[in-house]
Amino acid sequence: MALLDLANPTRFMTLADRVLPWLWSAAILVLGVGLYLGLFVAPPDYQQGETVRIMFIHVPAAWLSMFGYGLMAVSALGTLVWRHPLADVAARAIAPIGAAFTLIALITGSLWGKPMWGTWWEWDARLTSVLVLFLMYLGLIALWNAIEDPNRAGRVAAVLILVGSVNLPIIKFSVEWWNTLHQGASVFRMGGSTIDASLLYPLLISALGATLLFLALVMMAMKNEILRRRIRALRLVAASVPAGVSA
Amino acid sequence: MSGFGEHAGYIIGAYGLAALIVFGVVAWVLVDGRAQRRRLKELEARGIRRRSAARRGETP
Repeated sequence: MALLDLANPTRFMTLADRVLPWLWSAAILVLGVGLYLGLFVAPPDYQQGETVRIMFIHVPAAWLSMFGYGLMAVSALGTLVWRHPLADVAARAIAPIGAAFTLIALITGSLWGKPMWGTWWEWDARLTSVLVLFLMYLGLIALWNAIEDPNRAGRVAAVLILVGSVNLPIIKFSVEWWNTLHQGASVFRMGGSTIDASLLYPLLISALGATLLFLALVMMAMKNEILRRRIRALRLVAASVPAGVSA
Repeated sequence: MSGFGEHAGYIIGAYGLAALIVFGVVAWVLVDGRAQRRRLKELEARGIRRRSAARRGETP
């Protein structure tokens, strides 16, 4: 019942207005605590020294870059299979925010790589597949903007999103399938995390805060997209009414 | 900030650029929302309503 309620954009707008102040407050609080712990409380890594502090923004951003695309893939199914009225709205709202978090992951990874690997960039599987993810986000944004009819644009984009989702397991397993400079999974892995608790908890708190921030931004962008479609509908109504006749 | 050792520039640069991108996205979402609400009000002020709203007899 709740999901069906959300299928109505007007109800979604009402719900978002109620949820957003709490979501923003929680995001700022949790992210603030996580980054404070990561920057000033967590000890330096025994191998990487102080540069490990970049992990507290790089890893959450990298997770969210994939989480965002995963949400878009679910939304694409919603568009193509169930024709959920909010599915394409959600996918379109997520794209620029996912792109921004992917850019953060790429930039902070580069700034972490230079002192640790001795290079800003390496065309290895992990880095290249994340760059492809960033380009996919940009391509989808361009596609949505290139097709005027939002319903048609949504269906075309949904197909491309699902095709592009093959990149997600490639990103995830690239460090196992190929030789890369990038380290393997060290948090979510069989046998438990290999990160010491003094670094792991600030990382998980930062990741939770960044996720709340991501969701708050997506919810706001979804509201904007719903308004954009209402405006388009009103302009079509205005254009279809002969001059001098009230709509 | 010298507490971050010899690699302080990389750490500060990473946090600074990440903050810049996040604030940029927040600003874009806020400005976009304001622009959409303004456009919607302008259309409604001209008496243009969605067909569904008109059927329900809602005022603009």
